[in-house]
Amino acid sequence: MTRLVDTLKTPIIVALALIFLLLIVGEMLSPGFASPTQIMRLLIVAALLGIVAAGQNLVILGGREGIDLSVGGVVSLSAIIAGNLMNGQDAGIPLAILGCVATGALIGLINGVGVTLMRIPPLVMTLGMLGVLQGLLVVIRQGIPSGRAAPGLSQFVTQPFLLGLPGIIWLWVLIGLFLAFLLSRTVYGHRIYAIGSNEQAARMAGVPVAAIRISLFALSGVFAAIAGICLIGYSGSSFANVGEQYMLPSIIAVVFGGTSLAGGKGGYTGTMAGAMMLTVLQGILTTVNIDESGRQMIFGATLLLLMLFYGRGKAMRA
Amino acid sequence: MMVDAVATPPRRPGGIKRFIEAYPFLPALIIMLVLLALNGIWQPRSVSLVGITGLIKTYMALMLLAVAQTYVVYAGDIDLSAGAIVSLVNVVIVAVMASLGDSGVSVLAAMAIGLGAGLACGIVNGIVVAAFRLQAIVATFATSIFFTGLALWVMPVAGTPAPATFWRTYGGRILDVPFVFWAAALLAVILYLLARTRHALQLLAVGDDAQGAYQSGLPVTAIRIRGYAMCGVFAALAAFCITGDTASGDPLVGGKMTLYSIAAVVLGGTALAGGYGTVVGSVFGALIIGLINSLVYFVGTPSEWQNLVQGLAILVALVAGILIGRRARA
Repeated sequence: MTRLVDTLKTPIIVALALIFLLLIVGEMLSPGFASPTQIMRLLIVAALLGIVAAGQNLVILGGREGIDLSVGGVVSLSAIIAGNLMNGQDAGIPLAILGCVATGALIGLINGVGVTLMRIPPLVMTLGMLGVLQGLLVVIRQGIPSGRAAPGLSQFVTQPFLLGLPGIIWLWVLIGLFLAFLLSRTVYGHRIYAIGSNEQAARMAGVPVAAIRISLFALSGVFAAIAGICLIGYSGSSFANVGEQYMLPSIIAVVFGGTSLAGGKGGYTGTMAGAMMLTVLQGILTTVNIDESGRQMIFGATLLLLMLFYGRGKAMRA
Repeated sequence: MMVDAVATPPRRPGGIKRFIEAYPFLPALIIMLVLLALNGIWQPRSVSLVGITGLIKTYMALMLLAVAQTYVVYAGDIDLSAGAIVSLVNVVIVAVMASLGDSGVSVLAAMAIGLGAGLACGIVNGIVVAAFRLQAIVATFATSIFFTGLALWVMPVAGTPAPATFWRTYGGRILDVPFVFWAAALLAVILYLLARTRHALQLLAVGDDAQGAYQSGLPVTAIRIRGYAMCGVFAALAAFCITGDTASGDPLVGGKMTLYSIAAVVLGGTALAGGYGTVVGSVFGALIIGLINSLVYFVGTPSEWQNLVQGLAILVALVAGILIGRRARA
């Protein structure tokens, strides 16, 4: 019985229950909110956030105050690069994927090198990188049209592909399975938890701490880049700073998924639930007929309320 | 003799090292002076009285917000809502002045209400983070959304002008000295007095070792709430300056300032982990950001490249500051 209660209290169960609850609330506030087409639309939006949060999740798991504030910049940059490389042609898709993933990996690599070899705190390094990326966006946009998504890509993101679900949702599921396998069944995954929970002990045990942490930041860049490509497929064309909306929500999705910001504890399955929960909440607020100010106040207050369910710190004890 | 050959005298830290350890803002001061000199070389007028007045007038708000952020960072916390508080106080005082009319009394009443609003926001943050024990990064992001909503409720669209009394005073002179210099001098006195109170020391003690501070009898939760409260008040002061500079209300004016305030704190030599730093350094950090921005302009960078060069320069300054500071303390 206690085990059952413990299972029910795991963040992922709480998150799934809250998603269900939010869907009911949404359906009551505006009938049709929980219809299959609406839920699929929410899933697409959640997948975009969830893919960004995958990288964020890995960096946070790796510990030492791991955080990646540059993901928003990478998403924007990747969307623009992908748009320009494809320019509306399906033939350009492979090149766009290659170019974006390489860019994301390079940016993440630089972050990782700064954090490990130069021992810059992750928050500072990725904050500085965000500034650089925002500048880069301005340079790339000059004169050049910001590019268009290829029809094939748009179809992948928005049209049913298999069992009525679009390709991006299958991609998200694949990423989820891949990360679940990586984190629980591979040496690499176990080493991530090891450096996240006790870096000193991991180093003594022969874990190549620096290499792993650099790879985590690189992966974060890659996931953000993939999200950027999908984002331009979703919106058709890219506009300035489309990625900014993912920076802090990606962290919140991770926290709602039960991963501790201190590192070494958590996983990606919960984060997927967290991303869905955030998206459903935002979906409700956009369908309800209130003005922007009320929407933001309710959103902020609800986030605080939900946080009370998760990862509260321990009380001080003498 | 044998013993002498083996026993080396205890290594005394070098003079410069000890100096930087005692004054963590020194690297920032040096970087700032170098940038000031470079500005002067490329544009001699930028280091004239008019040029410096303009620089301070524009970056006074960021200086104050960096100070605000520092008090929170002292205790090992962070405030991602600082910019949203600036926005909220900006629209609140503009709305109050718009309804009370253009007079000295109206300005003073608006400022009192603005300070109260900033303080209230700070206390909310403090309670949420310290009393409810939520993670500072995500919790203050949530409150920033709430504060932005409040600001939008007070003033849905930007553009309500501030009364002339307000911005004429901010941009004007008193006894032939620009008002912003008086404000800077007053800020210096306030910061000096605050540094001598136990508040700053207690925040640093909590940031250095919260458990130790608790065990030695410090009211850790109350101290952290007080740090956020001080942050809210200084964010309100920053909002006054931005209102004086832009002469209007804008519910989103402060949003972009949050991350710059954190960058300024780091540039100033304060450790984000808490327990080590100075507010003076953060003021220098804010000026470094301002001087980098103006230098990039003065050297004739093409306009579309300016943001990139600024971003790169700030990243380099952040990294250099941390490396120098660490070497000095190692």
